[in-house]
Amino acid sequence: MTEPAMAETVLLDHDVEEPNVFTQDMLGWEGWLPPLEEGDLTERHWEALVQKRRSKMPYFMLLARDPDILEYRTRTDMDIFHNPDSGLPRAERELAAAATSRLNGCIYCASVHARFAAQYSKRFDEVQRLLDEGVGARIDPRWDAIIDASVALSETPSRFGPEHVAALRATGMDDPAIADAINAIAFFNWANRLMLSLGLATKGNTA
Amino acid sequence: MMTGSDDAIDALAGLPADSGLRALRPEARAYAQKSYEALFLRPARDMMPLDERLAIACFVAGLHQDAPAIEHYGALLLDSPAASLSAAIAAAASAGATTGPYGAFPPGPLSVEDMSGPHYAADAAALGPRLAAAFKHAHLLVFHPRDAGRTAIEDLVAAGWSSTEIVTLSQLISFLTFQIRTAGGLRLLAATK
Repeated sequence: MTEPAMAETVLLDHDVEEPNVFTQDMLGWEGWLPPLEEGDLTERHWEALVQKRRSKMPYFMLLARDPDILEYRTRTDMDIFHNPDSGLPRAERELAAAATSRLNGCIYCASVHARFAAQYSKRFDEVQRLLDEGVGARIDPRWDAIIDASVALSETPSRFGPEHVAALRATGMDDPAIADAINAIAFFNWANRLMLSLGLATKGNTA
Repeated sequence: MMTGSDDAIDALAGLPADSGLRALRPEARAYAQKSYEALFLRPARDMMPLDERLAIACFVAGLHQDAPAIEHYGALLLDSPAASLSAAIAAAASAGATTGPYGAFPPGPLSVEDMSGPHYAADAAALGPRLAAAFKHAHLLVFHPRDAGRTAIEDLVAAGWSSTEIVTLSQLISFLTFQIRTAGGLRLLAATK
């Protein structure tokens, strides 16, 4: 074991206001467990953070307690969302992330990825309808197919079926685009659970 | 799972190594595999023990009712010092079976969307207190993550989980919810013409 658990594990208290609606506003996040401090970081930790500015963010500094999985997860995330080589347009990868977060109930993740979806699609109002009305919101055939796929694949057990693939294909998505949607939805099942369980969303911008 | 690929998601999805479905996102594929290896094959020294990792993976696969994942992690467990827990884990997964996501939002306008569901408690006599606490946490994260909060972390600490181990445990459970969905989605995509 890395540390005597009972002796050293102290949970943090946060006297903060937790957001209770889905929003495109900037939110913060605070962990229940102590993040590493910059002075604790080895070369390996800095490498695992991938971006130096993440040492200012409590979420990444808490995840840095296990640097290997932090680094590998971050590099998976970046390729799924930022790789511009064909596949699904960035706006719709972000839409899938926002819809998944809306279903699972991660107000923090939904805020970040709704903002990206709105920014890349220029459809702020439609994205806001997803946040306000939930995953039953109807936008247009293509966005509806992406939202429906996000719901079906995020449920446990998964309900993702041939009808969802057919609905995505009917909107003009090819296999690489559908694979991108699958990656984005699956990845946000990972991200939502970390954000929801290791800490809480806050009003204000501290994540 | 004889697909000719050493990649875990390819294997779970039944994809051949030369499948084009993941070719455009090579880093996502490579680093998902590195996560898998760091979590389940070659964990760093002095971190959460491997036998606990495999036991929890089998439980999470069981909660997803995903046959390839149940088989894959079941085989790893049988090859580990925790092999004798196999039947107890399968029983725990059956007892925990439900559908998600459910749970409560922070009180306010979203409360009308709150959905109740089971709050699972594992059999500490069969599993030991540390693993029983981890299974309870895994059930929470898999099915009703929006019910997670400070109390759930307190319960893990009380069962002997350190801060760093709680980070690894949370990553492990959450990674599996990603891996099982990625593989399941790609398996279906490859099969749907």
